[in-house]
Amino acid sequence: MRRMVRRSVSPDMGSPELGSAATNVLVAVVVIIPLVALLWVPFYAKKAPELFGFPFFYWYQFLWVFITAALTFVAYLFVRRNDIDRRDERQVDRDGGHRR
Amino acid sequence: MSLSIGPRAGVDGTALTVVIVLFVFVTVLGFAAARWRRAANLATLDEWGLGGRSFGTFVTWFLLGGDLYTAYTFVAVPALMFASGAIGFFAVPYTIIVYPIVFVFLPRLWSVSHRHGYVTPADFVRGRYDSRGLSLAVAVTGILATMPYIALQLVGIQAVLEVMGVGSSSNEFLSDLPLIVAFALLAAYTYTSGLRAPAMIAFVKDFLIYIVVIVAIIYIPYKLGGYHKIFAAAEGALPKKPVKVPGSLIIGAKGMWPYATLALGSALALFMYPHSITAVLATKDRNVVRRNAALLPAYSLLLGLIALLGYMAIAAKVKPIGLNGKPNAQLAVPQLFENLFPSWFTGVAFAAIAIGALVPAAIMSIAAANLFTRNIYREYFERGADPAREAAVSKVMSLIVKLGALLFVFFLDRTTAINFQLLGGIWILQTFPAIVIGLYTRWFHRWALLLGWAVGMSYGTVVAYQQVNLDTKKHFGSPTALIDSIGQKGYIALTALVLNFVVVIVATLILRAVKAPAGRDHTTDDDYWADEGDPRIEPIPELVN
Repeated sequence: MRRMVRRSVSPDMGSPELGSAATNVLVAVVVIIPLVALLWVPFYAKKAPELFGFPFFYWYQFLWVFITAALTFVAYLFVRRNDIDRRDERQVDRDGGHRR
Repeated sequence: MSLSIGPRAGVDGTALTVVIVLFVFVTVLGFAAARWRRAANLATLDEWGLGGRSFGTFVTWFLLGGDLYTAYTFVAVPALMFASGAIGFFAVPYTIIVYPIVFVFLPRLWSVSHRHGYVTPADFVRGRYDSRGLSLAVAVTGILATMPYIALQLVGIQAVLEVMGVGSSSNEFLSDLPLIVAFALLAAYTYTSGLRAPAMIAFVKDFLIYIVVIVAIIYIPYKLGGYHKIFAAAEGALPKKPVKVPGSLIIGAKGMWPYATLALGSALALFMYPHSITAVLATKDRNVVRRNAALLPAYSLLLGLIALLGYMAIAAKVKPIGLNGKPNAQLAVPQLFENLFPSWFTGVAFAAIAIGALVPAAIMSIAAANLFTRNIYREYFERGADPAREAAVSKVMSLIVKLGALLFVFFLDRTTAINFQLLGGIWILQTFPAIVIGLYTRWFHRWALLLGWAVGMSYGTVVAYQQVNLDTKKHFGSPTALIDSIGQKGYIALTALVLNFVVVIVATLILRAVKAPAGRDHTTDDDYWADEGDPRIEPIPELVN
């Protein structure tokens, strides 16, 4: 079950290791942004402006449900590609080690 | 207006009938689930407890959602909103930030667990640190912390039964009847089909819940004159509640630290629970975990809208009075439903809440039982137990865990049920350094981790005990306590975790200086990246002792 190696090395990311570093940064950003946005309570602990009858305090947090889901999904796409790279790398190592 | 009436006298026949019919339906499904996807042999622990580890994105989504959509969501959080206002909304940031956090570390746990056949977090700790003591600590904490979480579910079912008119205030036994019925239901139905039953039932449950939620968040605000009016009513009523600590619509300066720490502490704690980890390990490949992290926030949205039912109960002037004649905020949402819905739909809503409490309670007790069997029973009582024996022990243990939960309900303050879950969080979070940090580095010394855990557990328990509810005068009355160094109140779980970390770091430095034996690491770096289809990843590997 040998895999196609070429497929995974994308032109914008260079080598798999570079891709891996970029992915790590991206994942870190995805985690940190919602954490800061939601745990820094003074930022949104206010009533105005209201939206559809919801005080700011409430709709702001609802908004972050969507933003966080989107961010996490983007991170998922990146990480999945990175995983494929890693696996192919190992596959190459193994195939090189003991050829059948 | 008829909106302000209290509990109806006697039993609501129509509602009760609907609830019973739905319950019977679900129970039949549960038993039929034992044959779902035709497991080769349900008598092994992997099959009974992990559903054979073959769940894909969709089933996992429902299963993990089952952990969130519980009595916590439907009863405890709205009750806190009803009684104290904005602080109860911390559940929303909690359930949002949990997924990015999960996204980062759970795939690693999935990989290493599948390569080594780990079924519980304690298995992992044992293999990683080569420490029976640490593994035992993690197992005991998991079982202990799960009990109050299950207790919360029992309180939820009880609330529904109580509002429906089951039981009476005429004597002790009858006033606890709703609780006893709740317990019997739960115990009876987990016993036979293990994790498959809750997975199957989760579909029905979520379907029911979606209907109820959608109706509730459209129909009720419509009846009450829109969200604007609901928030206005809450703003007016919250500060005037006849309690020692009145609430507010927007979090005040004093509430910010508790709000943020409750959200963060709960988020870090959620995936330390054995039942969450069980659900994650039952997935087919490591990316199912990640895809779910992106899909699950849909649940958070509804959770937030359900939380607002607490305000709707205020706006509808609901007066939740328990069988003992005292006000009980836990009854706010069931009472709101009963006041505003026609009887038959009240029945549907109550069934949704009750089944919604039953499913996670079942998952939790199974996970805690697995933990006991693998990491305590097999380790300390019967080394050579065969798989059938293990499954038998787990079944009995799942009953004992539920009994433990019942004790929590009897001895702690039932009027703020969310405190049950938050108490569990204080304990379970103390396993964070060993599990999560352990997924990345083995720098922490195993004995240091054990010491840090002991300090965190003792500190957390003592401080939580010292918090007395000003209104009911009961201990374990608040999940937050004053942190002297910053002069703010914070979630005890986080304070204890910080203390835990400090102890671990200092002790590690000392132990490393004196070259204390670090034990053998049974895992390799490569294990943390393994995926389905890789060498040595098998669906049901048994641990080699």
